Amino acid sequence: MHSAPADVVKVFHFKKLSMAYTEEELKKELETKEYEYGFYTDIDSDTFPNGLNEEIIRKISEKKGEPEWMTEWRLKAYASWCKMIEPEWANVTYKKPDLQAISYYSAPKTKPKYNSLDEVDPELLKTFEKLGISLDEQKKLSGVAVDIVMDSVSVATTFKETLAEKGIIFCSITEAIKEHPELVKKYLGTVVPPRDNYYAGLNSAVFTDGSFCYIPKGVRCPMELSTYFRINQAGTGQFERTLVIADKGSYVSYLEGCTAPSRDENQLHAAVVELIALDDAEIKYSTVQNWFPGDKEGKGGVFNFVTKRGICHNRAKISWTQVETGSAVTWKYPSCILKGDDSIGEFYSIAVTNNYQQADTGTKMIHLGKNTRSTIISKGISAGKSQNSYRGLVQVGSRALNARNFSQCDSLLMGNACGAHTFPYIEAKNNSAQIEHEATTSKIGEDQIFYCNQRGIDTEKAIALIVNGFSKEVLNKLPMEFAVEAQKLLEISLEGSVG
Amino acid sequence: MLTIENLHATVEGKEILKGIDLDVKAGEVHAIMGPNGSGKSTLSSVISGNEDYQITKGSLVFKGNDLVELDAEERAHLGVFLSFQYPVEIPGVTVTNFIKTAINANRKAKGLDDMPASELLKKIREKAQLLEIDSKFLSRSLNEGFSGGEKKRNEIFQMAMLEPALAILDETDSGLDIDALKIVANGVNKLKSKENAVIIITHYQRLLDYIVPDFVHVLFDGKIVKSGTKELAHELEAKGYDWIKELA
Repeated sequence: MHSAPADVVKVFHFKKLSMAYTEEELKKELETKEYEYGFYTDIDSDTFPNGLNEEIIRKISEKKGEPEWMTEWRLKAYASWCKMIEPEWANVTYKKPDLQAISYYSAPKTKPKYNSLDEVDPELLKTFEKLGISLDEQKKLSGVAVDIVMDSVSVATTFKETLAEKGIIFCSITEAIKEHPELVKKYLGTVVPPRDNYYAGLNSAVFTDGSFCYIPKGVRCPMELSTYFRINQAGTGQFERTLVIADKGSYVSYLEGCTAPSRDENQLHAAVVELIALDDAEIKYSTVQNWFPGDKEGKGGVFNFVTKRGICHNRAKISWTQVETGSAVTWKYPSCILKGDDSIGEFYSIAVTNNYQQADTGTKMIHLGKNTRSTIISKGISAGKSQNSYRGLVQVGSRALNARNFSQCDSLLMGNACGAHTFPYIEAKNNSAQIEHEATTSKIGEDQIFYCNQRGIDTEKAIALIVNGFSKEVLNKLPMEFAVEAQKLLEISLEGSVG
Repeated sequence: MLTIENLHATVEGKEILKGIDLDVKAGEVHAIMGPNGSGKSTLSSVISGNEDYQITKGSLVFKGNDLVELDAEERAHLGVFLSFQYPVEIPGVTVTNFIKTAINANRKAKGLDDMPASELLKKIREKAQLLEIDSKFLSRSLNEGFSGGEKKRNEIFQMAMLEPALAILDETDSGLDIDALKIVANGVNKLKSKENAVIIITHYQRLLDYIVPDFVHVLFDGKIVKSGTKELAHELEAKGYDWIKELA
């Protein structure tokens, strides 16, 4: 199974709800993940020349075997994107990537193969160790050949059967375009239209990877759907597109992300995620992201310019939870359009920046329906020379009677060379709206650290404890095994930031 | 157990301790008294390893280890415990979680595995009972919104859990009403043994009515100017500190 085809773009795996995360389960999960059971996208192994034009887009669409309507959709997106300019309002500074210097279609990289762990990047192994990943698993993750008895086929099959029985569709976006065109056609670009913003426009024209999920009416998805990896399997798409549709009265919890620092050659990542929660549906979308943040001097690192947005119909609920520790520059505002009456939007976020990282992240809660409610809990942690900004918009439309919002933005500073900024925007056009905003800024005190030290807790652990306490409200929103991993990730991200 | 010789220490360049000598043996209770600003809290900070204080001269030896060379957490691992005069708040971290982290950090330093959850819970229940601590208290964020008395009781609770060889109680009586004072003193007395020692730092002799010291030292202007038995504490209570100044 280690000769996994080079054209594996993404392998999906599933997790049972609130599964105890034992070593045994983990092993199973990994086997499941590596086994050919996953959904593959076949791509030829050639690479397109750099640059972007209509011809390239046609070729992408052709390579992916897309129907004509999809090609047209991409071209239309490209045409409108050509008239757009890169936004500059975010509180970040970076050298704009040269979009003509990127190849928009290339075969995924083959994972390097090693004979022993000694050949693997020691930094990566160190991270694995801190995450508590076993030696065998470390070997597997870093591509060292190891033999594992394959006994999990039945597990994977059961999962797939369970989903199919309930009519749940969970596959790659490419497959969905071919197999479920009526759903894709109906919903793609309805929440994040190609004209929405510069990077969403670019994504719409050129996306090649991503996932699709449909939960039928009244179905409660029995397991967490996950496109979560501890490490990238085969290089992650630069332009991912995710579409999740929860039909009336359905429920789904979706996880995505990657824990190990993803050293990716692609500097720019511009994903689009669209969530559609129809009447009485609920979507929980959790992300733990750790793109390569650049080195201690701020060299390298990924630009993560993401557009994530969901729409809630009547009595529907969308809940975004994110733990962002990676990327050199982050520009991300998972948002909710509360179109339906009595709909609910939630945003729980932890954003950590260290060294020279910059993050401008937050949310938009657009209240359109009556009795709509939204909650925003944002925890920003800045260390080193980083800059961490919260930017949020709470908008209440003129017909949104009795809209309610509660926002809480807390910042934690470590050291005195970093920055925390809060940019809350409130636009209320209906005077029945109730909007509350609370903000705090605190610093990890020397006295707190000494107190912990005196109890025998070393400084690294003390910081982890304080940071976890600070982030608790958000960590609690994550599925349990995810929360444990996220906690460890916070510790790793802030290592060496005080002292 | 603890031997302090000619200890000089400064904070922000200002000399606070000007030659302290103190010898504390296992099984003993020492009280250090003195007026405000005499250096009592500085002494506790220096023994426990607060880096805001610099030792400029003298020695500090605990169970054969030169403390000057050790970080605060290493001193804690050896069994030095400070009950803080002003315990800090750590929002979002429960009392239980904090004590669990502390206990396991100390066990790790000794090469032991984490304490099994059942054992930990049993111990927590036992010690909470000893100090008449409500179980709800244990799931609150550490010191956040605690009253003065609750903070001090929580310090002694941690001491009971960690079972240190040397406990320094820095003004533990301040902020305690008489009932709480009795509970805390009772707890300390029950934890006392021939193997451990206690240093009580206090301004008043009130606490010493309940935890009876073997030795009382009077600190003034960075030096121990008089040592004696518990009668000295009564004398101080009656006469105040003014006469001490003349000894200096």
